[in-house]
Amino acid sequence: MNDIKGASTPDRTVPRDPSRFEDRFAARAMGIKSSAMRDLMSLSERPEIISLAGGFPDTDSFPAEVYEEVWRAVANDHRASSLQYGPTEGLLELRQAICRLMAEDRMAAQPDGVLVTAGGQQAIALALRTFIDPGDIVIAEGPTYPGAVPTLTTYQARVIHIPLDAHGMSIDLLEDQLDRLAAQGQKPKLIYTIPNFHNPGGVTMARHRRERLVALAAERDVLIVEDNPYGPVRYEGESLPSLWELDGGAGGVIYLSTFSKILAPGMRIGWVAAPAPILRKMNLGKQAVDLCSSTMSQRFIVEYLRRVDWRDHVARLNAIYRSRRDAMLAALDQHFPHEATWTRPEGGLFVWATLPEYIDTGELLARAIERHQVAFVPGEAAFLDGQGRNSMRLNFSGAREDVLAEGVARIGAAIEAMIDLQRALGGGR
Amino acid sequence: MSGARRVAVLKGGRSMEREVSLRSGANVEAALRRLGHDVIPVDADPSLVRTLRAERPEVVFVAMHGKGGEDGTVQELLEILDIPYTGSGVQACARAMDKVIAKAVFANAGIATPPAFAFGESAFRELGAADALMEIEARLGLPLVVKPARQGSALGISVAREPNDVPRALMTALSFDDHVLIERFVRGREIAVSVLGTEEPEALPAVEALLSGEFYDFEARYTPGMTELVAPADLGPDLAGEVARTALACYAAMGCRGFGRVDMLIDDDERIWVLEINPIPGMTDTSLLPKAALAAGLSLDDVVARVLADAALGG
Repeated sequence: MNDIKGASTPDRTVPRDPSRFEDRFAARAMGIKSSAMRDLMSLSERPEIISLAGGFPDTDSFPAEVYEEVWRAVANDHRASSLQYGPTEGLLELRQAICRLMAEDRMAAQPDGVLVTAGGQQAIALALRTFIDPGDIVIAEGPTYPGAVPTLTTYQARVIHIPLDAHGMSIDLLEDQLDRLAAQGQKPKLIYTIPNFHNPGGVTMARHRRERLVALAAERDVLIVEDNPYGPVRYEGESLPSLWELDGGAGGVIYLSTFSKILAPGMRIGWVAAPAPILRKMNLGKQAVDLCSSTMSQRFIVEYLRRVDWRDHVARLNAIYRSRRDAMLAALDQHFPHEATWTRPEGGLFVWATLPEYIDTGELLARAIERHQVAFVPGEAAFLDGQGRNSMRLNFSGAREDVLAEGVARIGAAIEAMIDLQRALGGGR
Repeated sequence: MSGARRVAVLKGGRSMEREVSLRSGANVEAALRRLGHDVIPVDADPSLVRTLRAERPEVVFVAMHGKGGEDGTVQELLEILDIPYTGSGVQACARAMDKVIAKAVFANAGIATPPAFAFGESAFRELGAADALMEIEARLGLPLVVKPARQGSALGISVAREPNDVPRALMTALSFDDHVLIERFVRGREIAVSVLGTEEPEALPAVEALLSGEFYDFEARYTPGMTELVAPADLGPDLAGEVARTALACYAAMGCRGFGRVDMLIDDDERIWVLEINPIPGMTDTSLLPKAALAAGLSLDDVVARVLADAALGG
């Protein structure tokens, strides 16, 4: 049958092993392992499963007429340029818009101090790429953003987690840790933190801790990476000063944010504000990775911000999220065991729940998907050192109130089964 | 082989080995296309029956692993739809997938498996089976391996070294299936023997998994470079012959068709202990059967062609 393909067909008579190049993978690629958990998570996309695992903002509520109008403007006025490469640092008009946006939150930045990135994720990757050699120490909250975990692994950072409580990262414990490291002649390269509506922690860093963190980092000469994707997604309480603001232009903070939550994640547009020498290096890093972020998306955002008050859209989203958060918290009260604890976020998209220690949430997930048709993110995904085994991240932004309640009830039932089982097994001795 | 056929490749599904199956399926599809067949990739979902009716494949290549795809469920559907399919039939799949039943089948055929006890979750929750754990430990000795009865890719398997580890290991295994097997831990070389064929099945060269970690778990199986697979395993002619005969005996006892893979351990006394038989062995880039085939000078295309040629109904 192969004859018809003619003489140019490569010789297939000698079978080749498709995995023969495996032993040549780079160390940074080897660090990222196949995991049963990751494979399990893919089951959560099945239609019969209620998934509280995603981190999906609501995109249904984006007004159709605005979407159409903005794209028409991009098509009519910027057809050729939006199809063209753009500058690595991003379109000037977008960087100007970003500075205005930051100014509304009392953050001073200049357009040439901003680098547009492919989502906040790339901003994290570029920061690590710029600073981290294998084995370098990065301080991160415990838990930390699950999406940063593979990035930290790729750059082979040695991550030290500082526990979170209801008021954010414990600065006392951070100080202890810095002391311990200093005693060994070591210093972290970066402190990576998500002060507002932590993903997955659901907590917000208190004002006095922000002040202490900025002062402590300055005193110890450690650079802070402030990741603030959720800042405007606040539906309760007062907005707090960012670390960037508190740093007051002293150059001790790299600020990362994104349009994913205030506009839409499909744009894949985020940004970095940083001191000039750092930004130059990150710019070179970005050139090496992707030359520039999508010009089309950037143009869309420029035209969008020109036409619409983005705060209206965010206010609409916040009203939706608040109601969903309340539904989730009510369901947790009703369906989770009394030994469980969870955070009560004032914004953002996530609740972090902690169960009795003997419940491994990876195992709970297997049971929950298989027997209760519900999924969540097991806490282990938010740590690089195997912690978090009895915790879980629950998303409330991506589902309607009744679905959230049902999802939480199902997880509650799975937990109940494990508690029963633990009781039965514990009775043997 | 007689020309191009219209082949549906069933993959995915909703078992916990879905991702593994998608990788197996992709490799099978590529091989079938190279062989000149008309390939219809089908991710098994609730519209499976409608899809198959609409697509009207001549034959189905089942590349699913775990519950639903490897336990006789999909096979039963294909029987009803009257579409010949690759691999073992309904009964053989159902028996092979359940480690408890497979053990009994092997025992009846005089094949050694590590001694074990099996329990359902209800035995612990309703009948106080935990009170019998001490007897189990006394009878089997420590360490013990606790595994879900029906689960592949080593998911949910753990080793209990001390009595206190056993409840924890049971919690783990019971998360993946409501039936578990508590088995004596056999320390030994991890050997897999793949079998090809139906009328006159042939054992492929044994493959040994040299572990960098403690045992051949999910990570070790699917992370490229984490486990070194040696094919053919360095066993010497006598032992190689014996593992091949053992694999063929398992295959025959189970009533497998087309292909299969027998996982076993060889202990320090060179005794062979069969752990399980997989009626639909993995076909991913890091899987054992493709390695074994290469050691026998067979490409993945050759394997896929032979398995396809044995597609049938019944059994």
